[in-house]
Amino acid sequence: MCLGIPGQVKEIYESGGVRMGIVDFAGITKEICLAYVPEIMVGDYTIVHVGFAITQLDEDSAQESLRLFAEMGVLEEELRAAE
Amino acid sequence: MKYLDEFRNPELAQRLFDEIRGVTTRPWAIMEVCGGQTHSIIRNGIDQLLPAEIELIHGPGCPVCVTPLELIDKALVIASQPNVIFCSFGDMLRVPGSSKDLFRVKSEGNDVRIVYSPLDAVKLAQANPTREVVFFGIGFETTAPANAMAVHQAQQLGLRNFSMLVSHVLVPPAITAILESPANRVQAFLAAGHVCSVMGTWAYEPLVERYRVPIVVTGFEPLDVLEGIRRTVLQLERGEAQLENAYTRAVNRAGNLPAQQMLADIFEVTDRGWRGIGVIPNSGWRLRAAYRDFDAETRFAVQNIHTEESALCHSGEVLRGLLKPNQCPAFGKACTPRTPLGATMVSSEGACAAYYQYGRFVQREDSAVYA
Repeated sequence: MCLGIPGQVKEIYESGGVRMGIVDFAGITKEICLAYVPEIMVGDYTIVHVGFAITQLDEDSAQESLRLFAEMGVLEEELRAAE
Repeated sequence: MKYLDEFRNPELAQRLFDEIRGVTTRPWAIMEVCGGQTHSIIRNGIDQLLPAEIELIHGPGCPVCVTPLELIDKALVIASQPNVIFCSFGDMLRVPGSSKDLFRVKSEGNDVRIVYSPLDAVKLAQANPTREVVFFGIGFETTAPANAMAVHQAQQLGLRNFSMLVSHVLVPPAITAILESPANRVQAFLAAGHVCSVMGTWAYEPLVERYRVPIVVTGFEPLDVLEGIRRTVLQLERGEAQLENAYTRAVNRAGNLPAQQMLADIFEVTDRGWRGIGVIPNSGWRLRAAYRDFDAETRFAVQNIHTEESALCHSGEVLRGLLKPNQCPAFGKACTPRTPLGATMVSSEGACAAYYQYGRFVQREDSAVYA
């Protein structure tokens, strides 16, 4: 239940005094509460949990873990070379 | 190596496994706190591809699993009342109470509805002013800001027919309880990524210092989990105890400040019973006195709950990491996802459900560490 689904913000509006928006999850769009990510803009990526955006996830940082792994792989290869 | 193809980058996964194998010199017991990580581990066979010395102990991070039986029974009583629309996340419907589950209450003709978001329950309360709408507000710190916002909204809208049955639980006190337990075998933790997206990582710093235990904040994708394990094993082998963040793309030290502000406005810390584990001090949130009108326990004053757990179910030992699901005599026999004896067989994050779904009916043969 703590899983969050990444999506892209398509629209932002106010509803009943709360910042809401439309978020696209690989083609499926849903109304999502954006109150906890006040800095987020249309086009940004976010992680959504039970209808709430909990953190921003910009396109670059979405790739960051892979870059980290790549760096780690280099380290790992150095380790192997020393064996 | 049949599972390796499932990784987003199988070559990278192979390198991570190789490095873990290369540095591991003795047995280590690592707990992944979050049930979502448990599923990722079992689905991708990460536990079977790791060296046999590394044991993954599945933690209590499944909100559906740890919601106390007394509260499930209260939910069943409230949901059975004629004027109530009872709303819940879908996972809760098949969780066994003492005598039945919410699904059964629904099939008996009561109005039980699955909602995607707690705000959907607020909308239902607006649309049905003559009915009592009750939301089952369970979850860890990841879910709590959503439930807090629902209460805030209901108050802003002046809704008198909305209430919440609150059973929020918190990760750091659970880690403390595990480490304080005399039976504890856990030597390091993978902390749950999205809990930290909301709360930040600072609350784990005292745990690392006090107990000298490595804690690595970890994401949910198979490679995230594997990277979390790699960093944990490296710390253990070096004799280090650090708080590391292996999920920086979604987590920082401070966390989500607007969400934390809302949580502080709506909730206060309370002792909380965990199903199968018992009461853990200061391990939950309840509504502050100013929001007591929205507390379903106050509004419905359900008394005389006599709880009764299944005598065959060992989910408490599974949740405490003392038993693997497939070591339970009822696993896959009396207890299946169709006929669950305990919540761990129901939830998409329950360890028993993960073992059943991915065909783990026996333990690995080369295991050196399973009791």
